[in-house]
Parts: sequence; C-alpha cells; structure tokens
Amino acid sequence: MKYTRDPELIRKVLGKKVQFILGDMACVYGGILAGCSFFGGYPITPASEVAEGMARMLPRVKGTYMQMEDEIGSIAAVIGAAWGGAKSMTATSGPGFSLMMENYGYAVMTETPCVIVNVQRTGPSTGQPTLGAQGDMMQAKWGTHGDFEAIAFAPSTVQECIDFTLEAFNLAEKYRTPVCVMADGEIGHLRERVIIPDEKDLKLIERAPATIDKKKFIPFTNSQTRKSKVPDFPTFGTGYRTYVTGLTHNEKGFPATDKQKDHEKLVKRITSKISDDADKLVMVEEINLDDAEIAFVTYGATARPAESAMEMGRKKGIKIGLLRLKLAWPFPEKVIHKLAKEVDKIIVPEMNLGQIVHPVREYVNGECEVVSAPKIGGEMHLPNELFKYLEGK
Amino acid sequence: MKKEIRICGFGGQGVILAGFIIGKAASVFMDYNAVQSQSYGPEARGGAARSEIIISDEKIGYPRPTGVDFFVAMSQESFDTYRGDVTDDTVIVVDPDLVKKHDIGKSVYKVQAQKIAEGLGNKIVTNIVMVGAATAIFALLEYDAVKQSVLDSVPSRFKALNEKAFEKGFEAGKNAVKGL
Repeated sequence: MKYTRDPELIRKVLGKKVQFILGDMACVYGGILAGCSFFGGYPITPASEVAEGMARMLPRVKGTYMQMEDEIGSIAAVIGAAWGGAKSMTATSGPGFSLMMENYGYAVMTETPCVIVNVQRTGPSTGQPTLGAQGDMMQAKWGTHGDFEAIAFAPSTVQECIDFTLEAFNLAEKYRTPVCVMADGEIGHLRERVIIPDEKDLKLIERAPATIDKKKFIPFTNSQTRKSKVPDFPTFGTGYRTYVTGLTHNEKGFPATDKQKDHEKLVKRITSKISDDADKLVMVEEINLDDAEIAFVTYGATARPAESAMEMGRKKGIKIGLLRLKLAWPFPEKVIHKLAKEVDKIIVPEMNLGQIVHPVREYVNGECEVVSAPKIGGEMHLPNELFKYLEGK
Repeated sequence: MKKEIRICGFGGQGVILAGFIIGKAASVFMDYNAVQSQSYGPEARGGAARSEIIISDEKIGYPRPTGVDFFVAMSQESFDTYRGDVTDDTVIVVDPDLVKKHDIGKSVYKVQAQKIAEGLGNKIVTNIVMVGAATAIFALLEYDAVKQSVLDSVPSRFKALNEKAFEKGFEAGKNAVKGL
C-alpha cells in the first residue's frame, strides 16, 4: 500500500504547535513530519520511548510500525521498507547499535536511504541502561567495516531532536545513505518546550526516483537524469530492474568482486557523493568566538554544561567561546583548523573517554593546545567541573 | 530568575506527571524556559521516585538541578532519600500524613494532599492536589497557567475531578502559607 504524506493528518496526530515533550518523542515528531511511513524497531532504554511513540502515532498517519525480534531484524526491515519506497527509520541505543552495524554497512553499500536514531547510553556491552553517554560517536563513523562516509547529527536540545531527525531524512534521501541521529540518554529523557514547525517552513528533500526509459536504466551509477553521483532510485515494484547486494557490484548491481578497479570505482563514488559536499554539510553553532582565547568544542548534551561553564568563565573575565557541532560527521575539518589558528587552547568535553577529541587534534594539526575533558558513568559534566578546565585545573 | 524544583514520592503517585504539569505550565502556558527530568528505572515503580524541574527566564544550559529551591515530598522514603541538599532557603512542602517524620529543624509547609484527594473520591489525584498547593506556596507560576496545564495533561473524562483537585489544593496551599 502506497503511503502518501498527509500534512493535515500529521498535524492532527501530532497535536498542538507548542508542546512540552521528551527528546525521544521529539525524534518521533521529526520523523513523522519528514514523511516517515515505516518504523522497524526493538525497544531498548533510553530509546524505548521512540518506539513507543512511533507505535502509537505512525498507524494514525497511515504509516506502519513493525515490532521486530531484535535490532538486526529492525534495521533489515527498515532497509527493505526503503526499497519498497518508504522513508523509514529505527531507533536504538548502544547495544542495539552494535547489532545493527552489519546492516548499517549494507545500507551504505546498497545506497539505501534510512535513518537510525541512537539514544546513546554507557558501554561497553549492556553498560548502564537508561543512563546517558556519548560513547558511540566513533562507532557511527567507523563501526561498520570498510570505507564509507558517515553522516551523523548530535542534538543538544529537545527541539533539535525534531529538527535533526527531519534533516536526517533529508540527507538520507539526498545522498541515498543511512544517516544517524546520535542523541544521548540525557537529551532523550529530558522534557523541554518544542515548537512544531509550520508546513510552509518545512524543507523536505524527496528521493529522486528512476524515470528514464526502463531499458536504458542503470541502477548503480551517477544519476541518469540529474548532475549527481547519487543514482536515481528504482523502487521495487515500479518495473525498473535492479539487483541489490552488499557485494562489490558493477553499475548494473551484479556482483563484480574480483577486480580492483570495479571496487575502487564503486566505493569512491559512494564516499565522494558525500565528501564532495563536505563544505556544504558543515552545521555548527558559534558562541562568543570573536575574541576567544579558549574554546570548547562540543556536541550533544555536553554542549549544555559547557555553555554554562563558558558563562561562568565570561563573568570572571576569561575569554572563552564555544563551537558546537550539530553535525558531527562529516567532521567540519576546515572550521576546526581555522578555530585552532585563532585560539590558544581547545577543550573537548565528552561523555566518553575521548572520541571526537581525536579528529579535533587531527585538524588542529598543532596550531593550538587540545585538552580532552572526559566524563563517564552516566552523568553529564557539572558546569563547575568544566569551569575548572578554564582555570587550567 | 532561575528556580529549581524537586517533587518526590513513591512510584505510582504521579510525581513525574506533577513535574511535567509544572514544566509545561511554565514553558507552554507562560513564557519561561523549563526543563524536566526524572529518576528512571526500578525506583520509578515503587520505592522513591523524583521529578525535577528548572524554570528560568533565560536559556537553560546545564539541564539538571544544582540545588533545590522548592522541595515537595509525598512519601517518607523519598523525603529521607532526596532531602540531602535542602538548605535554610529551600521551601519545603510535605503531606504530613505521608511524611510523618518531617521535623528536621526547618519550617515545613503541610498540605494533607492525600486526605483532600480521598475527600474528592479518588486518591489518584493526590499529585494534582499537591500541584495546586505548590502553585499557591511557591507563588512562582500563574494560577491560570498551571490550571490550564493540568487540564491539558489529564484524560478528558477525568478533567472535572482534576480541576477540583487543583482548586482544593490551591486553597490548602494558601491556608498552609497562612498557618506557617
């Protein structure tokens, strides 16, 4: 059954324009606003409320909620639904994200648009259920094997859980690739005011379908109708012939696993379709950087105590600013390098033992001092814990 | 202005909903910023549960409370567990029937929320009585905003009951202020 996004019905189901809701629920709202019509999921704290919200709301907008047997099944169902023409998503937390890694790569290799919300909790393994962490940031980038370009958002507010989930769908459709929303237990389980954007203010990017003569259609090559490295999408059932495999494939989609050139051509296309746009994909917030001598580089929940610590510092006359990564991957290499030339020190607070600090160091490339400010155990940094870094500890 | 509120009780009493209603009143029905977080896990079902709200007229950075300006307790266990950081400036509200041992050398507002709820025919609205009382005692949020938030947050068939609970609670809160 073909799903048609019905803006009026969506508004009716989502309810009032201004609400006070959980971060997890805001991911549901963002997905439904984007036109998500399929959710395949398996509950896991602190992401369970995403599945719960989708189970309640998605059928009411005439979408499909499918309770799967586990996270491997969830992402597999999401990929299948995408090939059936749906905008599809799943939501999980660390242990489930680990289980999804194989099919995460399959979605990359088969150029399947889909959205994975990861409400991060502590690990390794089952860790601390419900408690927030940012320990999967590198997993989003490197967790599946082989070469690929990750796209991953990091919301710091409940409003951003709506906005970024919606934008994740846009980028998934635009680049035909899985996109991660790397939320965390702190934001997922926080309630805040949200304003549901009006229909006229939404910018939705839709998948480019295959439209040319069926006999001339080539499924895995640059678009045959636009100037793009992203191929036109041959939705199952529309009569366009294709073959979908995780094996290295030729332009027709058939396995072509024995030639170096075939593999290089394919993987360079599916990575460069994203990396070519790296400059366009920069999404950062800059606060008080004009005269800053020290800067926090931060993302997700951690940006909030960092901002509080920055305010404490400013009150004491410390020239501290903040750069917040809204999109963690692709990494804003040039922005970091430019910042490094302008400040003496960059502090990177994270709810892990140091992950994003590594690409920061790489692109600072010796231009300034880089300090990692880690905290683990399921609690956010306190503002005064981060303030101590401003005083040189 | 930045105020931090902690509401606690035993799991099932509706302390999360109480916090949700206050946060929503502040940020949806008034112009404040608000965040609400809660204890989560086994203690949310029986045992001591808590809901914490920050209300501010400025952007809220760090979203967890760093102190407690208002402390509401609806069970002895939660009162004992979560009062560690109350200060002389903390406004303390308890249901004296549920928190019998509340003499900690500080002034305490007493509201018999459960008894009032039982008088209305349903103990389940104890939390809403307490929200009404807190509205009067805190003098932080507008009566109408909190009442609207209550009505917006409960099932439609229980609106009348909850409205009455809120009003009775507000009255009891005013009396508690006079009594102290």
